[in-house]
Amino acid sequence: MLRIEIQKPLQGSQGEMKLDVNFSVQSGAFVVLMGESGSGKTTLLRILAGLEKAEGNIDVEGVSWLKGKTLLPPQKRGIGFVFQDYALFDNMTVEENLLFVQNDKTLAAKLLEITELSQLSKRNVKNLSGGQKQRVNLCRAMMNQPKLLLMDEPFSALDDKIKVKLQEEILKLHKVFGTTTLMVSHDAQTSYALADRILVLEQGKIIADGTKEEILVKKETMTYSLIR
Amino acid sequence: MDFTPFLLSFKLAGLTTLILFVLALPLSWWLSQTHSKSKPVLEAITALPIVLPPSVLGFYILVVLSPNSALGGFFEDLFGVKLVFSFTGLVVASCFYSLPFMVQPLQSGFESLNKHMLEASYLAGKSKVQTLWYVALPNIKPSLITALIITFAHTVGEFGVVLMVGGSIPNETKVASVAIYEMVEVLEYGKAHIYSGIMVLMSFVVLLSVYIFNHQQKKIGIH
Repeated sequence: MLRIEIQKPLQGSQGEMKLDVNFSVQSGAFVVLMGESGSGKTTLLRILAGLEKAEGNIDVEGVSWLKGKTLLPPQKRGIGFVFQDYALFDNMTVEENLLFVQNDKTLAAKLLEITELSQLSKRNVKNLSGGQKQRVNLCRAMMNQPKLLLMDEPFSALDDKIKVKLQEEILKLHKVFGTTTLMVSHDAQTSYALADRILVLEQGKIIADGTKEEILVKKETMTYSLIR
Repeated sequence: MDFTPFLLSFKLAGLTTLILFVLALPLSWWLSQTHSKSKPVLEAITALPIVLPPSVLGFYILVVLSPNSALGGFFEDLFGVKLVFSFTGLVVASCFYSLPFMVQPLQSGFESLNKHMLEASYLAGKSKVQTLWYVALPNIKPSLITALIITFAHTVGEFGVVLMVGGSIPNETKVASVAIYEMVEVLEYGKAHIYSGIMVLMSFVVLLSVYIFNHQQKKIGIH
C-alpha cells in the first residue's frame, strides 16, 4: 500500500498554485496520472522519487519516505524511474546501463529478452533509436526490482507503431514483476490500454479519480476532452 | 644547448596539472551542482587569476609564502621546506595561477550534462561521489581533456608569477620562459630564437591535438 499526502507551492502554467494531493494506491496497481501541462503531474512523480522537496507524508509498504519535511534520499528508495528523455548513461553499453543499477546478469538478460533487446546488449546506447532507448530506460528502471515504478510520459517521443510495442512490453513487465506503477501520460489511448485507475490533476489538485472507463469513456465527465 | 629549463617547465606543469585535477574536481563538481548563494563569490575568486596581472598574484603569493609569514614560517620550521625561490614554491604559485583553466572547463562540462542522467544514477542507489566518477566524468571527456591540456600548456607558458616567486635559480626555478627572458636581456638572440621557436611549436601542437580530439569526439557523438 502506498499512502501519499503532499503539499508544495508551485509555479504553474497560470501563475502560483499549490500542489495538494492526498491518495492511496493498492500494491500492484497501475495508476495513470493525467492532466494538462503544468498541472503538477511530473512534480508529483519527482517528489515520490525523492528528487524534489515537499511537505507531507509518503508511506510505502509501511516505510516512511517523507514525514513532515524529512525525506528519505532517492538512493534509499529503491525506485524505478523512466524518464521522458531516456537519460541513459551515454558512456555505457545497453547491458552496462542495467548492471550499473544492480550487478545481476540473470535479471538483466531476462529483462532484455522480454523487451527483445538481447541482440543489442553490447551496443553503446548512443547508437540506438528512440524506441530502443526507451526500452533500455524501462529495463534499467526494473533492475532494482522496485516496489514502485514511476514513468514520466514514456511514450511522448515515440511514433505510434513503437508506442504500441512499448505498451505491450510495459504490460508484460508489469505482469511478471507485479510492480506498483504510477505513470504520467497525456495519451488517452495508452492510458486506456494500461491503467487500472486514472487520477486527473488540475492546478495541483486531484479533480477526478476512477477506473479508466469512468474517466475516459463517460461523456459527461469533465475529463472527456482528454480523448478528443 | 642546455635543455634543463624545458625539463623544469614540464616537471612544473605536470605536477601542477596533477594537483589541480585532484583539487579542482570536487570544486568544479560542487559549483556545477549547487544553488548556494556563495556560488558567484567562489566563481569570481576562482576566475581572478585570469584578469589579475601576474605581478599582483606573484606579490601576494610572495607575501603569504615568505618565511616571515605565518604559513611560510610554519612550513620552513616544521618540514624545512622553503616556499619562495624554490621549486616547491613554484608549484604552489602555479596551482593558484592555473586554477581557472582546470575549474572552468570541468564546471561547464558538468553543467552541460543531462540532469536526469545524474538523477538516474542517484535513483540507482549511487552516491554523489560514485555518480561523479562513473557517470559524470566519463561523459565530459572533451572538457576533461581540454582542462588537463590547457592547464598543462598554460603552466608551461607562465612567466610573471614564476619570475616573482621563483626568481631564476638554475636547475631549480629557471624555467623555459624565464630562460628566454634572460637570453634576451644579455642579447643572446640566437639562443632565444631556438628556445622561443620550440615553445611556439610545442604550444601549437598541444592546442592542435586538443582541437582535433574534440572534433573527433563530436563526430562520433560523444560530447
